[in-house]
Amino acid sequence: MRINILYFASIREGLGIGSEVLETQAHDVQSLRSELIAKGGAYAEVLSHERVLKTALNQQMCSPTTHLVDGCELAFFPPVTGG
Amino acid sequence: MHFSVSIQLEDFDLSTEIARLRADDSSVGAVCSFVGTVREREAAAGTDQVSISSLELEHYPGMTERSIEQMIQSARERFSINGARVVHRVGLLRPKDQIVLVAVTSAHRGESFKACEYLMDYLKTQAPFWKKEQTDKGTRWVDARVSDEAAMQRWS
Repeated sequence: MRINILYFASIREGLGIGSEVLETQAHDVQSLRSELIAKGGAYAEVLSHERVLKTALNQQMCSPTTHLVDGCELAFFPPVTGG
Repeated sequence: MHFSVSIQLEDFDLSTEIARLRADDSSVGAVCSFVGTVREREAAAGTDQVSISSLELEHYPGMTERSIEQMIQSARERFSINGARVVHRVGLLRPKDQIVLVAVTSAHRGESFKACEYLMDYLKTQAPFWKKEQTDKGTRWVDARVSDEAAMQRWS
């Protein structure tokens, strides 16, 4: 399926891109993250499983086991610091 | 409108916002508000104090408004409130600038005091904003605080 991925803050800076579209077989958030890490380079470092990252699916906070849906928007970002 | 959120570059005026929030509602007996501002001096753990020249606020357009609207809805379910207004600025801010406003109205003071604190605790842990500080020692992303998560846990 096709996933619209967004990156924010230090993740966007580390990867050098704010968004991308990915064709994937991954069924949930954590397996998509693993797939991105497997690309190596900046992806492996910035999205490393050792880093605390938050995700949102279609603009709702989600968990690593949240299932992906075709055409969804998935955002990766550091813990939030608003307010 | 008695429940609303604005994400904006521009500064806000507390008096104007409160006047609008409680307009046409004579059952309101209490207004509670919180304003967050940019501090000039910051001490990060294990390092010397830094001096902040500016603060850049990034957000997730669409999700920011939506998530705060959901927080307000949650506050309405937990507390007996008449209205709530949240204004959060984004973009480039300077020391002493206003960043965020949370204002709540209710019949009696207990509910609006609690709802105001609840909304701030919730916003600090869930609203998709990220702060980047420009300091005399370089530029750095602000880290999320453990104490903010702990504050939100109190409401569970």
